[in-house]
Amino acid sequence: MTNHWIDIKNSDCILIMGSNAAENHPISFKYVTQAMEKGAKLISVDPRFTRTSSKADIYAALRSGTDIAFLGGMIKYILDNNLYNKEYTASYTNAPFIVGREYGFKDGLFTGYQKGGEGPNLGKYDKSKWAFEMDGKGIPKKDRTLLHKRSVFQLMKIHYQRYDLDTVSKVTGTPKTDLLEVYKTFAASGAKGKAGTIMYAMGWTQHTTGTQIIRAMAVIQQLLGNMGVAGGGVNALRGESNVQGSTDHCLLWHIWPGYLKTPRSSNESLEAYNAKWTPKSDDPLSANWWSNYPKYSVSLLKSFFGENANRANQFGYNWQPKVDDGTGYSWFDIFDAMYKGDVEGFFAWGQNPACSGSNASKIRKAMENLDWMVNVNLFDNETGSFWKGPGTDSSKIKTEVFMLPAAVCVEKEGSVTNSGRWMQWRYQGPKPMGNSLPDGDIILRLGKKIMEEYKTSGGVFKDPIVNLKWDYETHGEYDPHKAAKEINGYFTKDVTVKGKMCKKGTLVPSFAWLQADGSTSSGNWLYCNSYTEKGNMSARKSQKDAPNKIGLYPEFAWCWPVNRRIIYNRASVDPKGRPWDKKDWVIKFAGQEKDGKYVSKKWIGDVPDGGWYPMENPDGSKRTDTKHPFIMRKHGHAQIFGPGRADGPFPEHYEPLESPIKNNAFSSQMVNPTAVVYSTKADAYASGDPKFPFVGTTYRVSEHWQTGLMTRPQGWLMEMQPNVFVEMSEELAKIRGIKNGERVMVESARASLECTAMVTKRFKPFNIDGNTVHQVGVPWHYGWRWPTTGTEESANLLTPPAGDPNTRIPETKAFQVNVRKL
Amino acid sequence: MKFNRRDFIKISSATAAGVAVSGLGFDLKAVKSHASLLKTQYARESTTICCYCAVGCGAIVHTSKLGDGRVINIEGDPDHVINKGALCSKGSSIKQLVENDKRLTEPMYRAPYSDKWKTVSWDWALSKIAQRVKKTRDMNFQKTNAKGQIVNRTTSIASVGSAAMDNEECWMYQTLMRSLGLVYIEHQARI
Repeated sequence: MTNHWIDIKNSDCILIMGSNAAENHPISFKYVTQAMEKGAKLISVDPRFTRTSSKADIYAALRSGTDIAFLGGMIKYILDNNLYNKEYTASYTNAPFIVGREYGFKDGLFTGYQKGGEGPNLGKYDKSKWAFEMDGKGIPKKDRTLLHKRSVFQLMKIHYQRYDLDTVSKVTGTPKTDLLEVYKTFAASGAKGKAGTIMYAMGWTQHTTGTQIIRAMAVIQQLLGNMGVAGGGVNALRGESNVQGSTDHCLLWHIWPGYLKTPRSSNESLEAYNAKWTPKSDDPLSANWWSNYPKYSVSLLKSFFGENANRANQFGYNWQPKVDDGTGYSWFDIFDAMYKGDVEGFFAWGQNPACSGSNASKIRKAMENLDWMVNVNLFDNETGSFWKGPGTDSSKIKTEVFMLPAAVCVEKEGSVTNSGRWMQWRYQGPKPMGNSLPDGDIILRLGKKIMEEYKTSGGVFKDPIVNLKWDYETHGEYDPHKAAKEINGYFTKDVTVKGKMCKKGTLVPSFAWLQADGSTSSGNWLYCNSYTEKGNMSARKSQKDAPNKIGLYPEFAWCWPVNRRIIYNRASVDPKGRPWDKKDWVIKFAGQEKDGKYVSKKWIGDVPDGGWYPMENPDGSKRTDTKHPFIMRKHGHAQIFGPGRADGPFPEHYEPLESPIKNNAFSSQMVNPTAVVYSTKADAYASGDPKFPFVGTTYRVSEHWQTGLMTRPQGWLMEMQPNVFVEMSEELAKIRGIKNGERVMVESARASLECTAMVTKRFKPFNIDGNTVHQVGVPWHYGWRWPTTGTEESANLLTPPAGDPNTRIPETKAFQVNVRKL
Repeated sequence: MKFNRRDFIKISSATAAGVAVSGLGFDLKAVKSHASLLKTQYARESTTICCYCAVGCGAIVHTSKLGDGRVINIEGDPDHVINKGALCSKGSSIKQLVENDKRLTEPMYRAPYSDKWKTVSWDWALSKIAQRVKKTRDMNFQKTNAKGQIVNRTTSIASVGSAAMDNEECWMYQTLMRSLGLVYIEHQARI
């Protein structure tokens, strides 16, 4: 989230699309309700009329997988009716940038497209065709009037010209009157002083166009001036207590802690690595914050290897594994390699891939090729016990499995980071049950065992293992405080920074103090400031709000970066430093003014995104000692035009890999031309196939969580939601002769799933270009292990072998199925 | 007359709704003091953050100071600025997650082609895992790729998880995996 949970109360218009907050993030609705009590409008856009929809002022239905068409129509509406915040758009976004002459878009393809190639992508782009035009100093050319015909603004206008109400409606199935009502209501948040927010989740990410759906919304939020303001932002409702923290610490193949890059094989030295990934800007008005990259990467290596990392050995840079340029190592790729027999050993830590991964039967089959598996969990699950799952013969499965019992969160101490980036400390209640152990102890002990093996009997390339800093224990037990301090970082020698003497061994006060010479360590620069000489910031409990009284609670827990509660907050003020919203302001400039010029620097409110002067003086003259507000972007501007994305600089609608229709109304490109699609015999799919005529989607219920492993063993929750069900409209039930409560079969090109039929008014057939299209939904919380009847299986057996080209997140929210009576 | 805390809350709210205390036929003071005894005298309070979605609601855990030292009750923390005491259906059932007889409490091992689990010790399990890791890694370690560039990795071991771990555990976990040369490191954020 760019903002945070409590901040939702400050909104004037809340769009909930691609999520179902009332059921899946129930407590967040406290703040949706508070906003509504103050007059905010709530809009729910969902294929199904959910409990969120039941509380909304406006509900609009759309067919799964058509979100870009829906949002593209909103972009056109905003532009056609001049409802955007012109000053914000022209000053803070890249709308005025001039795009080079090589950029073009024709019939669903941007310039630079090449079909096929290596790997699972259907094709790829040469992104150099989308570059900005630069002036003689190397700064992007801009036309702040937005009139230049190759300005981002004008190109955007042309791009979305095709997204008229008629075309959008026949693709999405949303009636035109509903589209208009949503567009009009949300666009009203573009008025100065008004704020609109978006709450989205997996309903947006899990598509072959997932990244671009979110970008389409980001474009809208930029046009309406909703980024950085209270009650605005782009807010991903994350679904696990520490999925934000585990992402920040980068338990992902492509990034290192703090969103640094995993080294590519072409980054042959630390110097080459830092040079490659440190963006350069020649614009004196661009903060280009990532220019600090080497400070963060070297400090990270110092935390990895401690005193063993030094200048002579490039701080251990070559002890780190490197990935090949242009190759993916994502979730999909792991199980594809495992299916092909290329993976021998496997760890599953608190995760249940046998039920959580798309096309789960391929995953289960792939596990049979493993020599060994380590499964760490609270409960026996479908992953650890895959060798005795449905359709298997354990006498033919070679895999050794180690099942390790983990402690529950209340049995250990440490921190988790919520969706609003708040790092919160939690304490131990009871001791771990039986012989279960906190994950921290399991990791600590396993690390010691492996190190012992290499120390006593040698081995291949043992340096990174024996040189790893591994001192996170007190009296033989895992000590979370020691790890938390390492994440924050230390001064590794006596140094003078910013004119202040810093003693070796003391904690670094914030990332502004980190150095690229090895004199500091930090396991994650974003968390530098979380555990300082003043103490553990995440354990704070003060109920005191900030002076702007917008619910920032700056001394309750701690939030990254540097306790800034609303990021991009320098865009919440106009170029003179005055809040767009006088009442619910985030920050405001409070420096002294003399003769129409600011003469001293002071901001009040939230921690500002850099403490520079405002862009302009009160008399309108431009300042030269300031920075553009979007400090993490190379050019300091928010990106309406996104030339770094794999599938194009503007979001464009494509159909899901499996679609109920035969033609894409917007172009002759049916599917995202860069989507990833896997191709073993376990990766079947079927589009426009009469055998699978209905749109399928997966979703969640309040009473269960993820694959259900932490909810299926509980009596109360199972009593409330005992079965996997397929929800369908009364109209579809009638066609198939299905009665509410009957057991039925749901079939996709990959698998069949027995479900209880739930016939409701919440799904309605769509009118797609004159044809009736039905959609059904299945919650994915089940698996054969619990309940022990084995009859309630995972909806991910049905889901497809395709994903987004930027993220490789699977397309589990739109696929094709059949439903029949048993 | 025995009351638990839930009864006490019911009675209190009934009282607030206007039912005369005398009409209930007992002295509420005794109930009040009994309820407060239940809460604190034999229990230690600690705060936690809910382990389900990422709203980050606060909860209070009451752990018995007597007997088995297990959880007596878990409820929403009224002093938490986000949830102010409220919890959803899942958050309200954390006690059933902790105090659950289906939990794994011992390391277990399944041998190749076997049809059952065998209970093993931590030391045995971790020693064997360390040996498996070393063998697989060392046999398949790639110092260079097809182009001859230094890569120092193994793609023969993969590790997934976990958004269920604390930040501090995530830090240690990924340093260990990366030091072994793993590049197949993924978790819930990807799916």
